[in-house]
Amino acid sequence: MNWLTADRLRLLVPALSLAVLLGAVFYLQPRSMSYVGLNLLLNLAVPITLATIAQMLIMMVNDLDLSMGTFVSFVACVTATYLQTDPWLGVLILAVCIAAYAGMGVVIHLRNLPSIVVTLGMSFVWGGLAVLMLPTPGGTAPDWIRWLMTSKPPIVPMAIVASVLIAAITHWLVIRSAFGVVLRGVGGNERSVQRAGWSVIRAKALAYALAGLFAVLAGIALVGLTTSADANIALRYTLLSIAGVILGGGEFVGGRVSPIGAVIGALTLTLAASFLSFLRISPDWQIGAQGAILIVVLALRLLLNRREAREGRQ
Amino acid sequence: MRTLAAKPWFWSFVAAFGVWLATILFTGGASTIGVSQAALTFAAFSIIVGLGQMFVITLGPGNVDLSIPSTMTLAGTVALKVMETNDGLVLLGLILAVLVGLCIGVVNYGLIKLLRIPPIIATLSSSFIIQSTAIWYNRGIRIKPPATLIQFATGTTLGIPNVALVALLISVVIWVLLEKGIYGRRVSAIGQNMRAARLAGVPVDGTRFATYVLCAVLASLAGLLLSCFSGGAALNMGTEYLLSSIAVVVIGGTAVAGGSANVPGIWGGSLFLFLVVSMLNTYGASAGVRLLLTGIIIIGVILAASRRPLA
Repeated sequence: MNWLTADRLRLLVPALSLAVLLGAVFYLQPRSMSYVGLNLLLNLAVPITLATIAQMLIMMVNDLDLSMGTFVSFVACVTATYLQTDPWLGVLILAVCIAAYAGMGVVIHLRNLPSIVVTLGMSFVWGGLAVLMLPTPGGTAPDWIRWLMTSKPPIVPMAIVASVLIAAITHWLVIRSAFGVVLRGVGGNERSVQRAGWSVIRAKALAYALAGLFAVLAGIALVGLTTSADANIALRYTLLSIAGVILGGGEFVGGRVSPIGAVIGALTLTLAASFLSFLRISPDWQIGAQGAILIVVLALRLLLNRREAREGRQ
Repeated sequence: MRTLAAKPWFWSFVAAFGVWLATILFTGGASTIGVSQAALTFAAFSIIVGLGQMFVITLGPGNVDLSIPSTMTLAGTVALKVMETNDGLVLLGLILAVLVGLCIGVVNYGLIKLLRIPPIIATLSSSFIIQSTAIWYNRGIRIKPPATLIQFATGTTLGIPNVALVALLISVVIWVLLEKGIYGRRVSAIGQNMRAARLAGVPVDGTRFATYVLCAVLASLAGLLLSCFSGGAALNMGTEYLLSSIAVVVIGGTAVAGGSANVPGIWGGSLFLFLVVSMLNTYGASAGVRLLLTGIIIIGVILAASRRPLA
């Protein structure tokens, strides 16, 4: 059992939960076991996955982003308006947003501010800007993103291809690449990273900028699916993204994150919603059942943690 | 003056007073009483939930209660439905609201302790279930509160809104608990270093349990008051308190990393937050501008206050 390292074991529970959930969905609705069915099931997973990765990058440096939902909504508004009518201006705005995220990381580090509070404040800022830009739902998706999000690659649906791609790229970025190790080190022990000669400020700026980039991609992908936007379109992404990271085996502190786990967590959350609607649970209890699923999956992790603790002692 | 400025809550009051003055001056002093009364009334609700959140946040990093909004909704819904506008059942409604809070607090801490789910996710998951329970129990019917409760919640005593007096009463009790009681010392000790507190013989689990229960009970009371004030329980009535309960705690100078809390700051933070909105309303700002400026002002206050070393 050499291949079953602690890290892989951490991925096992999320992966199993996803498999069980997928099995249950297939059992309840056999017709979903097809190209079209899977596409419908998992379509909305792409923006959620991207937002979850963004949240994961922030959690990697021991921070938390409570503005994720409003930021993705804001980006969606930009995508459906400026990026459509005035592409260069749109790209410029989004670039400024990513720079703003990097700046946020720098300010949080320099002034030793709690990230929860700063991002809370920023959530009002993004929300305000989004309402100013699109007071009523509207706008149109740029053709290219519409084309991309509705494209039908052979054999495997778009959502799965995208998820695998996102997981592979971020796994390489965060786990394999040299600077990913430094970034995780900042979450693990900031001081030792500094003493080893790395710039913590630069690392934090980079982590936040990357998070901004992925959140921007989430907003663009979302508009590609919905074709229009409004200022409240993605508010629930804040909590969904945090839940996704935790479901995928990530932790709030210590730089212990798993990109593959985060992608799996986001897929699980998306599937849970479909699963519940297939179960024909009364709409009153839809939200409650999602909470229950979250609790069950996390309870499973308890068993895993015990085993990991045993391994550590040996 | 210097000792006053060194208090963690000092800046929240400076900010609240500044915004209050800016609003009053804009209207030439005509709205002094109106603005002040409204500020006290609306701040009262976030003060009550903020006090509970303050204790939870003081328990240390990762501790935060996200189930406050749904708890408010469920407590308000259950209490109003049982009372059925009957003045004789006011006490029963109150007891039920507290019971709802107790149960939610017990469940929340059960998830955190027994299933070892991080508090943010535990309270988030339970809030989903609570919300569903409220939807199921309510059935979309809006029941009016009993007349005496409406009168109480919307009335004033000696020019001060009754809800603000309730908030003051609760704040005094909480202040005594925090500053004079052993419970407050224990919460701070746990927030500063849970391991050290445990080794020093602090009943860590009991204290954390009591804190989550206290927070849920306060949220229930606030929910009952709010539903009486606004003439009925609405399913989304707690939504804004998710963020504002955290914001008032932090603006008030309570350490986000835990271990250091203060009650006056909750008042400063709550008054400040409401006054900002009412100031921007007075200036005739649109919804978007209002949100944008609220965010910028919150960040500005935090930046200004961050000069002092964070404990």
